[in-house]
Amino acid sequence: MTNVLRLDAVDRSFGDRQVLRNVSFDVVAGRMTGFVGGNGAGKTTTMRIILGVLAADAGQVTWQGTPLTREVRRRFGYMPEERGLYPKMSVREQVTYLGQLHGLTAEAARRATDGLLERVGLAERGNDLLETLSLGNQQRAQIAAALVHDPEVLVLDEPFSGLDPLAVDTVVGVLRERAAAGAPVLFSSHQLDVVERLCDDLVIIAGGSIRAAGSREELRSAYTTPRFELVVDGDAGWLRDQPGVTLVDLDGARAVFDLAAGSDEQPLLHAALRRGPVRAFRPVSPSLAEIFREVTK
Amino acid sequence: MNAMQATRLVAAREIRVKLRDRTFLISTVVFLLIAAAATILPPLLSGGPSTVAVTEAAAGPLRAAGLEVLTVADDAAAEQAVRDGDADAAVVAGPAVLAMNDAPNDVVAALSTEPPVRLLNPDAVDPVVAFLVPFAFAFIFFLTSQTFGVQIAQSIIEEKQTRIVEILVAAVPVRALLAGKMIAGTILALGQISLVAVVAVAGMAFGDNSALLSLLGPAIGWFVPFFLLGFVLIASMWAAAGALVNRLEDIGGVSMPVQLAVMLPFFAVIFLNENVTAMRVLSYLPFSSPTAMPLRLFNGDAAGWELVASLALLLVTAVGFLFAGARVYEGSLLRTNGRTSIRTAWRERETLG
Repeated sequence: MTNVLRLDAVDRSFGDRQVLRNVSFDVVAGRMTGFVGGNGAGKTTTMRIILGVLAADAGQVTWQGTPLTREVRRRFGYMPEERGLYPKMSVREQVTYLGQLHGLTAEAARRATDGLLERVGLAERGNDLLETLSLGNQQRAQIAAALVHDPEVLVLDEPFSGLDPLAVDTVVGVLRERAAAGAPVLFSSHQLDVVERLCDDLVIIAGGSIRAAGSREELRSAYTTPRFELVVDGDAGWLRDQPGVTLVDLDGARAVFDLAAGSDEQPLLHAALRRGPVRAFRPVSPSLAEIFREVTK
Repeated sequence: MNAMQATRLVAAREIRVKLRDRTFLISTVVFLLIAAAATILPPLLSGGPSTVAVTEAAAGPLRAAGLEVLTVADDAAAEQAVRDGDADAAVVAGPAVLAMNDAPNDVVAALSTEPPVRLLNPDAVDPVVAFLVPFAFAFIFFLTSQTFGVQIAQSIIEEKQTRIVEILVAAVPVRALLAGKMIAGTILALGQISLVAVVAVAGMAFGDNSALLSLLGPAIGWFVPFFLLGFVLIASMWAAAGALVNRLEDIGGVSMPVQLAVMLPFFAVIFLNENVTAMRVLSYLPFSSPTAMPLRLFNGDAAGWELVASLALLLVTAVGFLFAGARVYEGSLLRTNGRTSIRTAWRERETLG
């Protein structure tokens, strides 16, 4: 596939402190890629390097196989972590202005602005000064500013922080549309539940290096220990004594346990049925938070 | 889109925002009123020709001298007219001139014969004007470069503070951003002083001050290029100062050298404008030459080659400062953690071409 935004062995230091070490990953067209990591892990620095706001010390970033230049980046949409637009300009005017800076004609920028403000629910407030809007609405304006030039690639730093659930849904909807239209969408977040719900692909960074990258399902299966949940009518404590079983959680009739590698789960089910009715027996896939904890250990 | 178009867009936004700024509009109107008042009012206040009460028999020479004549029946009526305020003065038998508390020079002159006067230096300037003109030039340069320089710095800090600069830098070359701001500031500053100049010239024409106008003309004409380059010089320093800090509150800390570079020449020109040697030196120093050199021209002390030489020196300095300012701007624009030192900004060039 050629429609890939690729980071290849990117290094970056600030003074003596190396904040990115050999960072490589792909952001594939048409997919939402979640970029997760703790505070100071290097997410923002990575995104700034993609947008050319910072230079990489080593390595390179390519889009469709070509190294990025300003001309190419002008077709990117970027939402920086620390939000800011001009406080004393109207929403419509500054979104139009940013559209023009990204190469649209005045007329095209105006049309795109009107459409987007409508889409993010700000049409009524378009002529108000940005500073008079609530923080959530300012964030919607910020999304409009990132999308006004119909970018080929979207890079959004914490697009959901500070949004109420309704606004999250609006923003998610807009981003999904862009992904469906064939744009690679990279977004960072520390709200793992949001990422879990949204992303197709996942990149996990810790201490400046990539710890895991791939599709959500791949990562799930890669980091799944064979873990099962069993719900019976009586007490499930007997599981403790079964060979190969490590209890993770026991709560009367409900038990969560890991099976040692090579053990088969079916004999356990039979054993449970012999003791009485089984209400539930299913494999448990780890949550993103658990994978995250696992790979950043 | 190329850098030129980006520069134009940036400049257009800066101008548009400024033209809606109430403080800017009010200050411009105040400026214009001052210029109009300073040129129109003095001739009006001096009151035009006096009204003189006189009997018809003695009115001839007064009319010939262009005075307003109020014809009265006799000397008693003439005196009464002065006491009532109907006339500024009266001429009665004697002949004697009557007035309330101020000898009416124009009436006296109309009735006397003056010896012929031959001026040996006909171009010498009225001492009052000679005092006011340097003040006006220095003041306009000081105030305008200060106002619009600060505005450039503020606009840079606003973009840093709100971090919109990251979006801007990702889309357009850093130099286009700076160039747009400098051009907008220059256009606004030149626009404002041009308006003031137009009003002042119109005022002088209206107030029948054409003699002064012909004297000031060349000085004003030369002031424009000096002003332009001087402004670029000062504005480059303001741009660098603005880029070094992240919050408007911190601008005071870095702007001191810039303030001094504007203030010291201002006072030097005001206080030393009678000292020929000092003015010669000031008219070559880039920070004071924008005001000092047009003044020497106004006083008839500057030769043509001196103007050109000083302007060339100013040009070289302004270009040097512009490049230095741009480098500091590029080096510190994206450093948003606290204040950046000039040395760091000079070495650090964060952005990609």
